[in-house]
Amino acid sequence: MFKKLLIANRGEIACRVIKTARKMGIATVAVHSDADRHALHVEMADERVHIGPSPANQSYIVIERIMEAIRQTGAEAVHPGYGFLSENPKFAAALEAEGVAFVGPPVGAIEAMGDKITSKKIAAEAGVSTVPGYMGLIADAEEAVKIAGEIGYPVMIKASAGGGGKGMRIAWTDAETREGFQSSKNEAAASFGDDRIFIEKFVTQPRHIEIQVLADSHGNAIYLHERECSIQRRNQKVIEEAPSPFLDAETRKRMGEQAVALAKAVGYASAGTVEFIVDGEKNFYFLEMNTRLQVEHPVTELITGIDLVEQMIRVANGEALSIRQEDVQLNGWAMESRLYAEDPFRGFLPSIGRLTRYRPPEEVAEATRAVRNDTGVFEGGEISMYYDPMIAKLCTWAPTREAAIEEMRVALDGFELEGIGHNLPFLSAVMDHPKFVAGDMTTAFIAEEWPEGFQGVTLPEPALRRIAATAAAMNRVAEIRRTRVSGRLGNHERRVGEDWVVGLQGESWPVTVKADRGGATVRFADGAAHRIESDWTPGQSLARATVDGAPLVLKVDKITGGFRLRTRGAELKVHVRTPRQAELAALMPEKQPPDTSKLLLCPMPGLVVKIDVAEGDEVQEGQTLCTVEAMKMENILRAERKGVVARINAGPGDSLAVDDVIMEFE
Amino acid sequence: MKDILHELETRRGAARLGGGERRIEAQHGKGKLTARERIELLLDEGSFEEFDMFVAHRCTEFGMEKNRPAGDGVVTGWGTINGRMVYVFSQDFTVLGGSVSETHAQKICKIMDMAVQNGAPVIGINDSGGARIQEGVDSLAAYGEVFMRNIRASGVVPQISLIMGPCAGGAVYSPAMTDFIFMVKDSSNMFVTGPDVVKTVTNEQVTAEELGGALTHTRKSSVADGAFENDVEALAEVRRLVDFLPASNREKPPVRPFFDDPERIEPSLDTLVPDNPNMPYDMKELILKVADEGDFYEIQAEFAKNIITGFIRLEGQSVGVVANQPMVLAGCLDIDSSRKAARFVRFCDAFEIPILTFVDVPGFLPGTGQELGGVIKHGAKLLYAYGEATVPMVTVITRKAYGGAYVVMASKHLRGDFNYAWPTSEIAVMGSKGAVEILHRADLGDPEKIKRHTEEYEDRFANPFVAAERGFIDEVIQPRSTRRRVSRAFAALRTKRVELPWKKHDNIPL
Repeated sequence: MFKKLLIANRGEIACRVIKTARKMGIATVAVHSDADRHALHVEMADERVHIGPSPANQSYIVIERIMEAIRQTGAEAVHPGYGFLSENPKFAAALEAEGVAFVGPPVGAIEAMGDKITSKKIAAEAGVSTVPGYMGLIADAEEAVKIAGEIGYPVMIKASAGGGGKGMRIAWTDAETREGFQSSKNEAAASFGDDRIFIEKFVTQPRHIEIQVLADSHGNAIYLHERECSIQRRNQKVIEEAPSPFLDAETRKRMGEQAVALAKAVGYASAGTVEFIVDGEKNFYFLEMNTRLQVEHPVTELITGIDLVEQMIRVANGEALSIRQEDVQLNGWAMESRLYAEDPFRGFLPSIGRLTRYRPPEEVAEATRAVRNDTGVFEGGEISMYYDPMIAKLCTWAPTREAAIEEMRVALDGFELEGIGHNLPFLSAVMDHPKFVAGDMTTAFIAEEWPEGFQGVTLPEPALRRIAATAAAMNRVAEIRRTRVSGRLGNHERRVGEDWVVGLQGESWPVTVKADRGGATVRFADGAAHRIESDWTPGQSLARATVDGAPLVLKVDKITGGFRLRTRGAELKVHVRTPRQAELAALMPEKQPPDTSKLLLCPMPGLVVKIDVAEGDEVQEGQTLCTVEAMKMENILRAERKGVVARINAGPGDSLAVDDVIMEFE
Repeated sequence: MKDILHELETRRGAARLGGGERRIEAQHGKGKLTARERIELLLDEGSFEEFDMFVAHRCTEFGMEKNRPAGDGVVTGWGTINGRMVYVFSQDFTVLGGSVSETHAQKICKIMDMAVQNGAPVIGINDSGGARIQEGVDSLAAYGEVFMRNIRASGVVPQISLIMGPCAGGAVYSPAMTDFIFMVKDSSNMFVTGPDVVKTVTNEQVTAEELGGALTHTRKSSVADGAFENDVEALAEVRRLVDFLPASNREKPPVRPFFDDPERIEPSLDTLVPDNPNMPYDMKELILKVADEGDFYEIQAEFAKNIITGFIRLEGQSVGVVANQPMVLAGCLDIDSSRKAARFVRFCDAFEIPILTFVDVPGFLPGTGQELGGVIKHGAKLLYAYGEATVPMVTVITRKAYGGAYVVMASKHLRGDFNYAWPTSEIAVMGSKGAVEILHRADLGDPEKIKRHTEEYEDRFANPFVAAERGFIDEVIQPRSTRRRVSRAFAALRTKRVELPWKKHDNIPL
């Protein structure tokens, strides 16, 4: 076995690989850029090598830098993780030239699968079901129309070098085909410097389901079942699970066998993923093969019990697979939620900054449940603008899909993350979405269910009542503590009563709180009662309670007269008052939040670089108003609508906080 | 006998109704509670004991003898906040506009005298049209009586003012002399002369809100220490503040059971100070992570944000915090921040509340605005306040402690008891760039040499160890263990005693 492994990556995947290497007794080398000087993967590794400035194109993806680090440390093998150099044949070739093992497939397989058109041809030849389409290069729009007619509408026009939705068009008519061909071509030329275009059948009700394969250099290949990755936002996967709620055993077997056939056809030897698009009738078509470890590999590990990184290292070491196809288990159900530093309330705008609080739920591995969190960050660490905004991959496992989802809900509620914007509320919202719970989703799920973007979660009344009851019980604990302050007037102490009024979201529920040794019983005016048990004490930012025996996890902040509580993606201001306080509070005027439509607010903390308009100027929609620099990145702020600048409150050089008013309009 | 008892109830009922249903409705219509409702919210339920419910004025001018409402426009008495005694007066705008008469003032003076005698805070709820014009000079004299008591009580018992309606003219000077002023947004204002007079005299057009509203006084004038959304919130927050304060200068600050480990380690503090010395960071994170339960009561949050002041608890015990805020003006000291912090330090010292100081200060803000505004005198206030304080003082330097500002910020030289420094701290006369430009003026033309000099200076002085060698720093500590170290330091100072030379009073540079 190798004595030393270099991980040519960063973040959670580098940490993930280090964990397995350590378990196998292999020494590890981390590489890092300037920005990652104090990163977790650097702390975890046995050795560390600085490989350049923060931008990845000057560090993590510069082959020569990695090669230097290998020479410097004498690493015998390199794990590339995902992204960066993981699917770069030049990198694999460079390693081969120096006699260093690449923990990945052979160069030939990477090359063969790297091009969309080539890979599709090879797949078809290997007997893999492919989307009906025209593989050759298309000369002009008229040829495109002819081909589209042969395939049958709807069709998808795609750039050969494409990715991330760029250079992609759907056409339902000849006219749309003509137009789409030209615009795809232009976009592809501009984005990838490669304007080759192909056309294929557009699959309706598509699901993204992929097969994990594992092959060795002795001609053995197996499949480790599928992962369902249909929950995507703009082609970025958000939630993955294994197995898929859609596949039956027979389809699974057919897909798996085709994937294995493809792996064998290209002489594959490592872990790899064959991506399929599956339509509503369970017809599946080959999309592409990823010749690397996938981000979402943990769900496969959770249902099969196989450590994919270990297998990759063993294969790279020339070992033959010790697992046979019939040994591969499909045990229970695993879910993965990707936590991104993206603010769902601001159109998923990336958010950067310091993680002032980062407390993931406790990892467990029990017979009936498991929680796993793959991460590369830590409390007090920085989410920088240079890399992928993923913070962590939170996985849960349970015997059934239903139970795995419930585990995930509780785990998300208990995940403490402060200091930056993040998508936790959105992930919770998906976990409670009836269509998701029913397993009824396509790749358009997010776009269809949240067409106007994410505005937060509105909880149903029964859930609000459980929260109200818990808040009343918590408030009692806090109020009793307040009465224990020193310097009281003896015999004239304040007594905390049993009658309270809980106000939230415009509702006002009178309750009585009767406490005993084990907890509190909170009774509503209509007679309904909830039993609350919790060890929460004032100041704890997480309240774990059981309400009538069911778990409820709340993130808690104190506000005047109550709490700000967050759970299941909802954020609630809950006031707990005595009946008299509530009566008087009801007299207070409802204050409208200030109208911000006539204001330009600073979207992120930053420095004003330039103000482009003057007071009294008339501005058009889309016109540049000013430039704010945040983390060395210049952000141009534009007018959302036509208007006249009434007042400018900031000047170049001013340092602004989020929501500071930069200018006001008439 | 029954009839007499009945009459008491009838009279009480009338007094409790204040200016009557119609005026109460009008008060509610303005988003304001009545004087009695406010007292109900301020005090523990059922704890209010009223004085002078039947006091009526004696004025006979302008037909006033026909309008003698019981209570005379102010409700006074005592009660408890979480079981601790406080005295309270609450002006009743529904009765003669809450105007101040001789007898109205006498009621206030009575409870203030009792507060000083018995050692309990005074909380004044202000909602008054001002002097009762019909009484003329009697009303002015009455104000004078209240002012005198504010002055006598100052430093003896905490005095807190809530402005919950108009407070104009001479009336502003009673709250002005109390320890804290809180206002309610949109429904309160304070000014010496109102918009009409301003218009007549100076021709300035200004609204009451702009001239003396809550935002004006919390952000620009610094007259007020905080502003709240409405009466209910304001009163709840004053209850919260009282929990931090001692009843009088004869008592120790209160202690409350706490649910937070004094030994709690915060590894994230190790990365709070960025690698780049010019990058700001949020000092509030340090305060919140050191405090019991992350509970911080900030004073003057919206003014001079380059310094943070407020109360926390450590092991359940109240502690006043002063901290430079690198996020604003690099955390420098200037006229406003010096005044803000000086007043806070003096309050803490007067009431035996220990002071915790977090230092990251690059110096005093330069500029004509500062010098012509008298930064010398104003900066001296903070220096003086720290220097005269005899309460336990613990100081933690997190990063920069440059020049005179280093000395000012509760340094060892001003009798700081425990002065800790993080390894990231730089205790020096100035930053390396400025120092090198002075020390090596001859080499200014040679960037190579200047670079080398700068590195030398940084190696030698940009650290806590030169100061530690001299004992100006008691110990260099790990950021992560700040809570534990600071809590232990204050524990060790519980028995601190300092004798000062006799003086009539000091002469702080006002």
